[in-house]
Amino acid sequence: MFYREAGQFKTTYSADMAIFPIRQDRVTLGALLAFAFIGVPLLSYFHVWPFGQDYLLRAILLPFLILALAAIGVNILVGYCGQISLGSGAFMAIGAYSAYKLGTGVHIPLAWLGFDISIPALPVLPSILLGGFMSALVGILFGVPSLRIKGLYLAVATLAAQFFFDWVFLRVPWFTNYAPSGSVNAPELNFVGWVVDTPIERYILCLIFVTVFALMAKNLVRGNIGRQWMAIRDMDIAAELMGIRPLYAKLTAFAVSSFIIGVSGALWAFVYLGSWEPLAFDINRSLQLLFMVIIGGLGSILGPFIGAAFILILPIMLNLVPSELGVPLSTETITHLEFIIFGSLICYLLIKEPHGFARLISLAKEKLRLWPFPY
Amino acid sequence: MLSRRLLFAAAVVSGVGAVTPASAQNEQFIPMLSYRTGAYAVNGVPFANGMHDYYMMINERDGGINGVKLLVEECETGYATDKGVECYERLKGKGPTGAAFVNPLSTGITFALTEKTAADKIPIITMGYGRADSKNGAVFAYNFPLLGTYWSAADIAIQHVAKELGGADKLKGKKISLVYHDSPYGKEPIPTLEVLAKKHGFEFTPIPVTHPGVEQKSQWLAIRQNRPDYVLLWGWGVMNGTAVKEAAAVAYPRDKMIGVWWSGAEPDVTPAGDQAAGYKALMLQHGAGKYAVHGDVEKHVYAKGKGLSEPAKVGEVLYNRGLVNAMLGVEAIRKAQEKFGKKPLKGEEVRWGLENLDLSAARLKELGFEGMMKPVKISCADHEGARDGRVMQWDGKAWKVISDWYTANQEVTEPIVKDVSAKYAADKKIEPRDCSKAS
Repeated sequence: MFYREAGQFKTTYSADMAIFPIRQDRVTLGALLAFAFIGVPLLSYFHVWPFGQDYLLRAILLPFLILALAAIGVNILVGYCGQISLGSGAFMAIGAYSAYKLGTGVHIPLAWLGFDISIPALPVLPSILLGGFMSALVGILFGVPSLRIKGLYLAVATLAAQFFFDWVFLRVPWFTNYAPSGSVNAPELNFVGWVVDTPIERYILCLIFVTVFALMAKNLVRGNIGRQWMAIRDMDIAAELMGIRPLYAKLTAFAVSSFIIGVSGALWAFVYLGSWEPLAFDINRSLQLLFMVIIGGLGSILGPFIGAAFILILPIMLNLVPSELGVPLSTETITHLEFIIFGSLICYLLIKEPHGFARLISLAKEKLRLWPFPY
Repeated sequence: MLSRRLLFAAAVVSGVGAVTPASAQNEQFIPMLSYRTGAYAVNGVPFANGMHDYYMMINERDGGINGVKLLVEECETGYATDKGVECYERLKGKGPTGAAFVNPLSTGITFALTEKTAADKIPIITMGYGRADSKNGAVFAYNFPLLGTYWSAADIAIQHVAKELGGADKLKGKKISLVYHDSPYGKEPIPTLEVLAKKHGFEFTPIPVTHPGVEQKSQWLAIRQNRPDYVLLWGWGVMNGTAVKEAAAVAYPRDKMIGVWWSGAEPDVTPAGDQAAGYKALMLQHGAGKYAVHGDVEKHVYAKGKGLSEPAKVGEVLYNRGLVNAMLGVEAIRKAQEKFGKKPLKGEEVRWGLENLDLSAARLKELGFEGMMKPVKISCADHEGARDGRVMQWDGKAWKVISDWYTANQEVTEPIVKDVSAKYAADKKIEPRDCSKAS
């Protein structure tokens, strides 16, 4: 009824190839973005419940946005290019620690060569982006084995990256600027004079990053390079026979994915945590991101958002709802309940809807287009 | 139609917003970050029970602090930093005046919260843990590492080793290893131990154990090869019990092992059974056992069926530590009420109470803590307040105090505190307060 494209005629090629060809999609997205960019800050400014509280912004929306961004990165590699990765946490860590080093000044003493390499502290924005860039470089390096090994074996190779970088950031004091405790502090978030400090500013900052990278990813996956990734995912030999170079396709997927994950890692460290240790990026983070992508929907850009919301907000809801309903449960019962509900939901979804929530949404859209006679 | 519905929804939403904060008037909100699940639950549970029971006792026996009831809410962190941050954000604004203070019971969470609590003006109490440089209240106005930091602990441990050997000069040429949890918690004592190694001329080897610490075979094989004269243990949760068992497996003498005060509780030694006999640990002033305060807890909390612990576990080391920690917080609120009035206080006001906390021996006796701890006096320059400890030994059934009181030597730790806190102040552009003018 509402979602029908009858009467929307495309008269130019560019209109036909637009990122969102259906008007209803454009309107919905525009409304969502307007709400996120203007509505939320306004509601927060006027202290409208629940937007007036720091809690929603700082403890729910911020991690949601940053982890959704990381999940987009994972989805490019896993969902679009079909290369399973268990090392996402390590790539987040590389982004975070590179950004930290660049943001506080890099100093490499090369006494045996008779000189030092010193780079003065960079501003925050370039450090975050360069953090992503470093992560992309390492991603390419760890992507090289993907040319020879596939599936489970590749997963194990990326797992090696995870443990290797956990170890590096724990044991090499250079990365933490020789902090005695191994815990490091993010530098001041000064974006060309804009000091990001309050929760709402942090939220806007992350929102900008997420919007830019999500649109960029959306455009990438529907273009030439994205089609190459999907061809490799669906059948690599057939893709190769059609003239797609696996080297190029796979390594670009690793690079783009690691870049986005690295940027999100830098944001996680700088904007959300503020002070962190390698444990913030351990194997659990990798698995969490992988679950987000699987639950949200492999091979879609909407999926990571749904997955992130689901994985992040469900435990918090499980915590809040019983006490709001006046059934106070002990904290340990809640945590155990969380595990039970989570596990069973993941099993159920994987059996009933392997393509995740995003697939449910696209099915609903299909049905709506044919409404009132869906088949 | 649609707009009317929207208006209705808006009205409901704003109504909720107006009603929620006004529900409680004369209550002081205290958030409790705890962990009752995960690899650290064995230690997290008794501590949380002790804290909770003390707050309940204050409510039941005295009707709160000068009539202001304590409203306590727990939040499960699982010892994970990001969950701890989430819990803090969830609880910091609750109650009529927000959180009085926060006790994260995790050095990692302490590091993550240090900046946030200072911005929100909520004091952070880290009794016997946390960042050791935060002893310097001039820079860390909102951090209170009460009763002892890891740097003090390291110094006390070395003092005890020296005493067992028969003098500090005997330390020369000895080998001392540190088996530590590879996290900010375990790394904290290293700078002090390095300084002490240089000063006394012993050989110091740090040996990291990866979280959660159930896998320590290779570390203990290294110890068997290296045969250190003493092993210091900086573990937590399952790591402690595993370490004691592994020490027995490589036949390292347990009486040459000294745990920090977080590695010296009943759950750390009971899993190892007889193998744990002889193991020593530092005491954060108090040990196990029951004192006057336990009588009140049993009478006012357990007799009414409101206690959280198994009654047999009341009086264990970590339960007692929970009581001490809760008591210090409650006394800080009481102190702050003297200045700001007998009403629910803001975190900023409780901070003043903490900084001016002065518990004399007579006051401790009134509170029922006589024999558990020594007097404490906090000041702007010294947020630690006291740095005394003893050593106890597990005889297979119970902890026995085997040493006199030691006081950490400030000559060793003070320069490191100055150094590291000055660096933090420079990094964060904090103007250190002038402690001679602070009131």
